[in-house]
This record gives sequence, C-alpha cells and structure tokens, in this order.
Amino acid sequence: MDIHEYQAKKILSSFGIGIPRGGIAYSPENAEYKAREIGGSKWVVKAQIHSGARGKAGGIIICNSALEVAQATDKILGKKLVTKQTGPEGKIVHRVYIEEATDIKKELYLGLVFDRSSECIMVVASTEGGMSVEEISKEKPESIIRSKIEVAVGMQKFQAREIAFGLGIDPKLISRTTEAIIGCYRAFSDLDATMVEINPLAITKDEHILALDCKMSFDNNALFRRNQVSELRDKSQENPNEVYASDRGLNYVSLEGNIGNIINGAGLAMASMDMIKLAGGEPANFLDVGGGATPEKMIKAFKLVSQDEKVKVILVNIFAGINRCDWIAEGIVQALEKIKIDMPLVIRLAGTNVEKGNKILKESKIKYIEASTLEDAANKAVAALKKLKN
Amino acid sequence: MSILIDNKTNIIVQGFTGKFGSFHAEEMIKYGTNIVGGVTPGKGGQKHLGLPVFNTVKDAVKNTGATASILFVPPEFAADSAMEAADAGIKTCVAITDGIPSHDMIRIKRYMRRYSKKDKMTLVGPNCAGVISPGKALLGIMPGHIYMQGNVGVIGRSGTLGYEAAQQMKNLNIGISTSVGIGGDPINGCSFKDILEKFEQDDQTKVILMIGEIGGPQEVEAGKFAKQNISKPIVAYIAGLTAPKGRVMGHAGAIVSAYGESAVEKTELLKECGVTISKNPSVMGETVKSVLNGKNIQS
Repeated sequence: MDIHEYQAKKILSSFGIGIPRGGIAYSPENAEYKAREIGGSKWVVKAQIHSGARGKAGGIIICNSALEVAQATDKILGKKLVTKQTGPEGKIVHRVYIEEATDIKKELYLGLVFDRSSECIMVVASTEGGMSVEEISKEKPESIIRSKIEVAVGMQKFQAREIAFGLGIDPKLISRTTEAIIGCYRAFSDLDATMVEINPLAITKDEHILALDCKMSFDNNALFRRNQVSELRDKSQENPNEVYASDRGLNYVSLEGNIGNIINGAGLAMASMDMIKLAGGEPANFLDVGGGATPEKMIKAFKLVSQDEKVKVILVNIFAGINRCDWIAEGIVQALEKIKIDMPLVIRLAGTNVEKGNKILKESKIKYIEASTLEDAANKAVAALKKLKN
Repeated sequence: MSILIDNKTNIIVQGFTGKFGSFHAEEMIKYGTNIVGGVTPGKGGQKHLGLPVFNTVKDAVKNTGATASILFVPPEFAADSAMEAADAGIKTCVAITDGIPSHDMIRIKRYMRRYSKKDKMTLVGPNCAGVISPGKALLGIMPGHIYMQGNVGVIGRSGTLGYEAAQQMKNLNIGISTSVGIGGDPINGCSFKDILEKFEQDDQTKVILMIGEIGGPQEVEAGKFAKQNISKPIVAYIAGLTAPKGRVMGHAGAIVSAYGESAVEKTELLKECGVTISKNPSVMGETVKSVLNGKNIQS
C-alpha cells in the first residue's frame, strides 16, 4: 500500500527525521491561510498524488506570496496529473501540501528496501539526490553506497555512521545524519514497510538535514496489525476497478489490452495472458479469482470484467483441482444468469471432471466458445476479437 | 526415491482441527499419506479424524516420531508455528498459509540459522500448494490424481500453473518424482536452488522442470548455480510476459522492480545458463518430453 508524501513526512518526523514546516490544504483559501501560518516569504505548493516525478507534470509550484500560494492551489486542485509513474490515465489531485521553501546546499538520496537476494533490509544512499534511483544507478553508479541490515539485531550506529561519512557529510552534522538514517530504519521495521525513500534528503544552507520529498510503501499482508497505516489508504488514488476487486477479495490489475480474463491462480493467470500475447492479442486485465472459484466469486468476476469498457472478448480459464469442473460450470451458468454478457466468451475448463463440466456448459443456454488447451483458448479469443473488427 | 517425503514419512498437521486443516488432512489421508496426528494448542489429548491431537509440536514429535508437518495456520500466527516446528526437530515443513508478512518471514529464516545444515528444517512455501511425491505421499492441497509417478522433478511458484504442467505431462504419459511448490511470496522458505540441489541427489529424478515467474532473483540464481553444480537437464518456463513494471501480479512476490526480474530477461539469463526454455506455457509437457527423449538417446 502506498501513502501520500505528507503522510510519509508525518510518520518519518515522528521517528526523528527533520522535515520543513508544512501543512495540508483542500482549497485555495485553506492554502493561503496555511502559508501565513507557516510564515516566511517563500513556499512550495505540492500536489499530493501517489506518484513521483510530479514536478515535470506541473504538480509542484514555487510561490513568493501567500496570494500566489492560493493561485497555485487553485491551478492544481482537481487537475489530473500525468507523470512517468501514473500511466496515461493519470491521477487526480484532491489535496495539496504547502511547505516552506528551503535553501539547499546539497541534495542526497536515501532509500530502504527489502533485498530479496540476501533477505535483509538494504539501505541505499547516494550523493546524487534529486535524480531517481534508476537514473543514479545508470549515470553515477559509483556514488551509490549500500548497507545490509541484519533484522535480528537491527541497524547499528556504526552502519549509519559509515553511510553518513560515505556521503561526505560535514563532521559537525554526522551525528544528526546518523540519527536520521537510524530513524528511517526504525520506521521501516516498526511499521512493516516495504519501502522508505527520501529523495532528496537535503543539507540546508543553515546546516540542517531535512527530508524534502519522501515516499513510503507498506506490506499489505501486515496491515492487519497496523491500523495507523491502514487508515492512511486513499482509494481515490487507485484504479476504481482495482478498488472494487480488492474490496471483494479478488486479485485484479487493470491493463491496456481488450481481452478480459477470469482465471484461477496467479501463475495460471500470468501464463494465460502470456498465451494471449503470443497469439497476437493483448490482455485487458489480470484477474485471479482464487483457487476456489466459487459461484459468488465468478459473479463478481464477470461483473468486474464486463464493466471495463476496454473489454471486447472475455476469456475464462479455470483449472479445477480440489474443486470439480462440473461444480465450476454450474457456477458459471449461475453467474451468467445474473450478469448479461453481450460479447464473445471463450471458456476453457481443465482438471477434475472436465467432461462433466463441459457437458453442463453445452447443455446450458450460455453462448460461448469451448476451448481445450491454454493455447486453444488464447487462439480462439484472439480470433473472436479479429472477427469483431472485420 | 523421491525428495522431502515418501510413503514412510510420519506427518503431522499444524492447525489440525480447523476447517481447512481438517478438509485437507482428510484429502491427504485418502491419498495414502502417512498422517500420524496433529497440533492445535489447547486441544491436546483429544482425537480428530481418529488421530491424536497435541498441544505442542514437541509433544507430537515425541509421541508420533513425526519428521514432517504441514501448516494450516492463519497468517498472524504462522511464523510462530513454523519456528515451533523447526525447534521440535521437524525436517520438512510445508506452509500453505497465504498472507504472512514479509518481516515475519525474515524472522523465521533468521531463527532457523541457529541449526546446523544437517539439523535445519526445509521450509516449503508459504503461499504454496505443497509437495507431492506421486503414488507415495501428498503434503499439500493439490489434486493428487493429476500427478503420475515418474522421473521428472518439478519446482514451481504457482499452484494452478503447476497443475497445468502435471496434466500436460500426464497426457503425454510422463510422470513426476516429486513436485514442490515453493510459493509466490517475496521472502519464502526454500528457493529454486535449494530444491534443485535435492533433485540432483535423487536417483528417481532424471529431468527437472522449473516453473518460475516475474519478480525477485531466485530463478536466475538457480540457473547460475545449476550451470556449475547440476548434471541433470533443466527445462524452465517463466510466466508474466505481459506484466507491467512495478505492479503486483497476484502473488505478493510477482513484481518486476529491477533489471533481470522480467519474464523476458529471466528467460534470456536462464538460456545463457544452459537451461532449455519451454517457449510457451502450453508446451511445458512437450518440452520436457523432448528433453527426456534426448537424454535417452545420449545414454
């Protein structure tokens, strides 16, 4: 789960990381008031969406008066920002963060992630803050410092100190930088985070260490014990179909193509989508209805996929393991009595009692195209799509 | 032989008396698996499915001689149960549970470092379909009847894609020595490499099929290891050609976040390691067959 910049800042600040003074605003008047409250003579208005690279998309505006803050807020609020990370559909700005502008001496990069290879928490730091970590590793790989943290004992001061000295920090500021790095580690480890990134971590002209922009992501599997994190979820930043699916226990990812998928199991779903691609089509979605594929889940799945306007053909691929195909076929028939599908439908059943399952489908009123193998199903779905176009 | 389990392995079920535990314990017993009891804290001394229930894994091991276990424990308690199994001397533990936090998985693995290689438990999963040695024992939730006994060792992340492979092989009259589902989580118990090592030692296994997916370094690490250390031919398929970068595709671990983690990149890297690639998921069986035949001609 991702959260907004201002939420991440609030969390990190509670772990001892310095942040510029700032406040959240929902309207231009609100923003102007906040600017006066923060004080000073220069502010930054920052669009709060779940994406980086907001500056280039016009989501970050520097202002020299409280009035300009109000005008900038008016310009950004309600706007759809399309960044490198949002995809072409973009994300709508519902709130802005007003922050005092900072005089920066040096910009650093600091990130924490799980390293799947060593199964440790990896701290990644660089003197080249302000660029994305991908750009840094391409253009200035020699500037990157990595440190593996043993979770059983946690991050030690010497490890943070080594990173701080590695970044060429002025000796007067070493202890404050060390505290900030350890603070990030504690936030990561105490809150079941999967990513903490401060970019840039700035050294200001008046010798402070401040997190100017930051991002945090959390382990969805651990939200059951992290209420304070769960409540930060902003569904307006997620694809509405994906929210609908996740609220109903379905695993769904919206994609660009036009062949809708309903499949049981994540691996089989990915494999079926691969077959669609190899057959010359493009999947409209990833959808795993779970090993069970109960009639209730099938109803929700058909509803979800058919309400996606991109979808022109639906492909159902169910491998019945402990379940039986006859039972799944009955579920499909029941689902299609409730949800009307007026587009080509390809169904491939496999596994336990496949003959019985196919017989039930054949004897029902459903209009569908029967497929036998993964390859057959993908070919038939792509052929059905081509026929529609002609 | 086979790896991890056979018809002589004494097996206990952790989370025995729960709904899932009971259902799958019955399925496993029907398959002929040697289930000798189970653990549900607080229900020790009772009988369930005609078998003894114990309060702790240590009690169960002491009284039944169990060396393997299977976990049907909710995610919030699963890490604790896995460590309890390791400490009680269980040698193979299959964690079916989906949704264990990554921080907990790291804790389990650190905990297990206290044991020497000889005494260390093999943790299979979590978020997996389990292990089956066809015709001998089923320690998982897969449909036993689609697996035929034979010479192919299978390692995969996904449940249903593994069933698909087993079915394709059965249709071609190809059997399996053991099939191991290592699960779809980012931090998991045993890796592709760990299971490759076990198949290399197993006489029954002639060819190994790896069914991987996008995300993480494990498939490629296994390929590099195999190039130096595995004499048996390996066939692989990597699912997730159409997955966009940075999105989780169902399995918590199926996310492309760095170079070498996409399906195309993993496939290329595995090819360089001398692994035979199944060109699509519909021909996993046929590819294994051609490799099996090729091997027969050579030997």
